[in-house]
Amino acid sequence: MNRKAYNAAAVAAEIAVPVALLVAWQAWTVHANDPRFPRLSTILVQFRELWLFSEFNLHVVPSLERIGLGFGIAVVLGIALGVPLGLSRWGRIIAMPHVEWWRAMPPPALLPISIVLLHSIGNRQKVAFIAFFCLFPILLNTIDGVRGIDPALLDTARSYGIRRFERIRRIVLPGALPQIFAGLRTSLSLAVIMMVLTEYFSSSSGVGYVLLISKNTLQLAPMWAAIVLIGVLGYLLNLALILVERRVLAWHRGWRAAVVQ
Amino acid sequence: MSAYAGHLLEIRNVGKTYGSGPKATHAIDDVSFAVEDREFVCVVGPSGCGKTTLLKCVGGLLRPSKGQVLLRGKPVTSPPEEMALVFQEYGRSLMPWASVRNNVLLPLRHKALGRKERRALVEEALDAVGLTRFIDHYPWQLSGGMQQRVAIARALAYQPSILLMDEPFASVDAQTRADLEDLVLRVREEFAVTILFVTHDIDESVYLSDRVVVLTQAPTEVKEIAEVDLPFPRDQIATKELPDFTQLRGHIYRLIRREHVEPAEDLATATATKGEQE
Amino acid sequence: MTTTFSELWSMMHTHEFWAGFAHTVRGWALGLGIATFLAVPTGILLGSSGFANRAFRVPVEFLRPIPSAALIPLLFLTLGTTLRSEVFLAAFGAFWPLLVQTIYGVRDIDPVAIDTARSFGVGSFERLYRIKLPSAVPYIATGLRISSNVALILAFTAELFMGVPGLGQMMNVAESFGLTVQVYALAVATGFLGLAIYVVFSQLERRALRWHPSHRLDAA
Repeated sequence: MNRKAYNAAAVAAEIAVPVALLVAWQAWTVHANDPRFPRLSTILVQFRELWLFSEFNLHVVPSLERIGLGFGIAVVLGIALGVPLGLSRWGRIIAMPHVEWWRAMPPPALLPISIVLLHSIGNRQKVAFIAFFCLFPILLNTIDGVRGIDPALLDTARSYGIRRFERIRRIVLPGALPQIFAGLRTSLSLAVIMMVLTEYFSSSSGVGYVLLISKNTLQLAPMWAAIVLIGVLGYLLNLALILVERRVLAWHRGWRAAVVQ
Repeated sequence: MSAYAGHLLEIRNVGKTYGSGPKATHAIDDVSFAVEDREFVCVVGPSGCGKTTLLKCVGGLLRPSKGQVLLRGKPVTSPPEEMALVFQEYGRSLMPWASVRNNVLLPLRHKALGRKERRALVEEALDAVGLTRFIDHYPWQLSGGMQQRVAIARALAYQPSILLMDEPFASVDAQTRADLEDLVLRVREEFAVTILFVTHDIDESVYLSDRVVVLTQAPTEVKEIAEVDLPFPRDQIATKELPDFTQLRGHIYRLIRREHVEPAEDLATATATKGEQE
Repeated sequence: MTTTFSELWSMMHTHEFWAGFAHTVRGWALGLGIATFLAVPTGILLGSSGFANRAFRVPVEFLRPIPSAALIPLLFLTLGTTLRSEVFLAAFGAFWPLLVQTIYGVRDIDPVAIDTARSFGVGSFERLYRIKLPSAVPYIATGLRISSNVALILAFTAELFMGVPGLGQMMNVAESFGLTVQVYALAVATGFLGLAIYVVFSQLERRALRWHPSHRLDAA
């Protein structure tokens, strides 16, 4: 098959496959006629009614706020702790056992504890919970990114008398940034999950809360609509991050492409 | 800078050992030689004789286990402001996220200079190595030889009085290497720098230098310091056709080859053997 | 702190604790197993066929970020509070990282190796299992490490939120009775389980990565 025909077919497939899946979904739900699986069309109608825009401020905004705050705190802490740990062997020896332990802990196991410890089921507990677990991917990736910087670069900087702070600012941080972004991506999707978990577990507002309520009141269409919304939110947030990454790390793609040759 | 009567750079009984006890690695045992102002000195030796370690000690990146490096009579304890170092792995010493201009700019940032002055230095240095056209490119968009020229330009913009180069042309092809060798000679003339140049290429060492320091096998000492009397300006074809050139390179080759034939097995044997040879 | 550990120690002498522990492990293992069984072949297929990869890119990119946690209420109402829900949840969550890693692994081959094989007349299918698969193994190992962690989290989540038998359910019960020390003790126990799983799978990953020349940056 020649190049042009192949490309045309690929584009056709890219469009056809998702459309076919959606059509199949609709068809199956119509056929199954099961209240647990409402028709796709019904879900979409619910989606529009619910989220655009009546309930938006009531639930979506608090959820986004929590994600934003939690993620933001995790980013700042993760990088601020990760850089010195990446640079200091002793720091790592002391800190890593603690980090590894908390990293392996399944977050839901800490949900009840976080409520007890922080004496709240309000925003404070939620943001803290989200921030705590979003911290680890960023922290670990920052450490790896810092350690992975070519020693030749650091030697060169030292030989030109560039002091530690400047070295960190001009070499360590930019050099570790690709790896840090990998951590950011993981962390962001984690933030969405944590948000849902903590709201579902104990909250009076937010998308997770809507999930819980619609389950309790057996309203399936809104529940499905909430699930779709969560998926869309996750997708959009991820997309935003990718766009930022693409701009900031344009040099990285070119460099890797050159190295591979 | 006040004039100093003695040697510009003196390497006095420098040794470097890693580890301790029976498992210690003596990278360098006892190396002594001096470099005068505006001299071009090459350092050659068999593989693994610690040439890079020596250069790092001279450059203040490593602390010698014994002996001293003296710059104008003062001991070198950290990278001195007058020295610039050019490594072999050009690709790894350039920041991939910065343009050529910003890479060359890096060492100048903390020097007390105005923005205009810095720009001028960067442009002058890149012009000297012939890369003005690529000033806003990224290093990975350039070939290996060009990247190495960027590293040299960066060292030049820094305006050092001493340039330390660690096998800088080992990773480029032969023709590029010839161009780069001539570039370094021109740079020495134009910028009046002193150059200490480590290489394993014997032809290169004779072609470029005023003197060649030949090192022994590990544990490393200075085997001989050869004077290179060849006329300047050097030329890749004419100079290499001179009988003096052939004789010198043969002599140095033999010195190094002898090192390979009698590998030292441990410090005791080596010291004993050396004792006999003296 | 010490009360937590002594509570944990006494819990470990009870039958219920180990029953719950076993339930959690079972849910985790089944979920991870199913995910692996589905993800690896799909990943190989999507990785080795550029066409299939492009065709399914959009659905994958859309389904991937869906937090499995969001499916909890749905599972509650459809599959109920049974082991099946737990396994489905764990498998759904574990599927995606493994799929992505497998696809990366199959695609990240040194083109020189492939070209050499082709020039020696090695057929398409043989190239797949002699070159592409071994090359993908380290990535699959990484994917397993990630997925094993995700599967545990989701298995536990199903227990905590839906009351499927296991450590999570025990923790939920303890919390609702205000038995804080037990809650802490169970958290510690879960932490140890998570740590054990992590250690096992990252060791596996390390071994798989050992011979792989590079997806590190010092390829030169």
